[in-house]
Amino acid sequence: MTDNNSVLETRNLNIYYGDFLAVTDVNFKIPRHKITAIIGPSGCGKSTLLRAFNRMNELVPGTHIQGEVLFDGRNLYEKTVDPVEVRYRIGMVFQKANPFPKSIYENIAWGARIHGYKGSMDELVEFSLRQAALWDEVKDILKQSGLSLSGGQQQRLCIARAIAVKPEVILMDEPASALDPIATLKIEELMQELKQKYTIVIVTHNMQQAARVSDYTAMMMLTGETRSGTVIEFDETNKIFTRPKDKRTEDYVTGRFG
Amino acid sequence: MRKNFETEIQQLKDELLVLGSMVEQQILGSVEALKKRDMDASRRIREMDDQVNAKRYAIEEQVMIVIATQQPMAHDLRLLASILEVSGELERMGDYAKGIATVSIRMGDQVLLKPLIDIPRMAQKGADMLHRALTAFINEDVETARSIPAEDDEVDELYTQIYHELMMFVIQDPKTIERANWLLWVAHNLERLADRVTNICERTIFIATGELKEIESTDDKK
Repeated sequence: MTDNNSVLETRNLNIYYGDFLAVTDVNFKIPRHKITAIIGPSGCGKSTLLRAFNRMNELVPGTHIQGEVLFDGRNLYEKTVDPVEVRYRIGMVFQKANPFPKSIYENIAWGARIHGYKGSMDELVEFSLRQAALWDEVKDILKQSGLSLSGGQQQRLCIARAIAVKPEVILMDEPASALDPIATLKIEELMQELKQKYTIVIVTHNMQQAARVSDYTAMMMLTGETRSGTVIEFDETNKIFTRPKDKRTEDYVTGRFG
Repeated sequence: MRKNFETEIQQLKDELLVLGSMVEQQILGSVEALKKRDMDASRRIREMDDQVNAKRYAIEEQVMIVIATQQPMAHDLRLLASILEVSGELERMGDYAKGIATVSIRMGDQVLLKPLIDIPRMAQKGADMLHRALTAFINEDVETARSIPAEDDEVDELYTQIYHELMMFVIQDPKTIERANWLLWVAHNLERLADRVTNICERTIFIATGELKEIESTDDKK
């Protein structure tokens, strides 16, 4: 893969919570306009690694990193980089949908307004909701509270909110784990649409979901004396789930781990 | 971990071995009945095909259930897909044996053109290759799986020998053409049957290594 085809790249990345080395020595590239899944057992640092991609870990006191995270070739952790700007360009969707306690319309418009968006707000709201496959369901109730929507709709609203500020990358941390199978399917199908324009990185515990939705998969596991998480195998998803190279990946995906 | 799943896989392997031994019995039995001109035995071989088919469908159904309920990945997925494939190969081998039994029945009270020597050898060799290939499949023994396909040459040589021999009969006395043709058909079935053993070997290598490719036979090189 040439650098032009990857949007994010980690180099010798270590992530600490205080003195505790949570994630160690991660070196891999996130391919552009693809869906990359991060899988691995609980506590292996998947979410920590995901949050390192938009400097979200810094909101936890004592967290620091060593190494580099390159975004379009530039280190995100350089002193001159504004973390708020980073979080616009690399958006995030969480496990539990977290709409603002405002109208559906305002959920989309608010971030864009702060971000200095000058165009037609109505158009932006419609565009974002259409992109998130939510427009048809909410176009007549835009003034209702975002919290009045169902769980699956709230999650798509959060995706629309992330899209409204024109990100390049959308990070998703277990975006469907609190949803029923139909809402899950909608999110998964939406992801396939979104990857035409955005790069998606998803953390999931659901291996069938990783296998269904992603193009590439990174397998993480705790290793070494420090029991820190690292990426032990990264490959095309169809290889990871049919013929992984690492025995530990094999054990994990076949359910024989632990 | 995954004890139920392991048990289900083991049961499937056991069933596949049962199917394999039914087919071996069918192959050897069909030639033995032909040789002895035992019509009842030939009929029994034909009827046995229903049991072989039923067993194959039962395996197929069970594989589907395991895939649907256990969502197998990686090695497990390759194994289950291969069990499907191999059960299909075994069933087709059973069809070849059934074909031989059919020849025997159609021949009715005609005497054999010649005493059978090489045809039983072909059957023995084919059944033996099948037995070892299936054992290697169950044990994921890649080395054996790689070595067996070369033995197909012996079967091919026997077939060529039988072919020439039968042609000599026909040239000397064209009235033998029908009886020669019956035996040629039997030899042809046995030759095809041994070819299918190679497919089982390919699956063994696939399960163990993830590598899916045709094992080139010396036929292809000629």
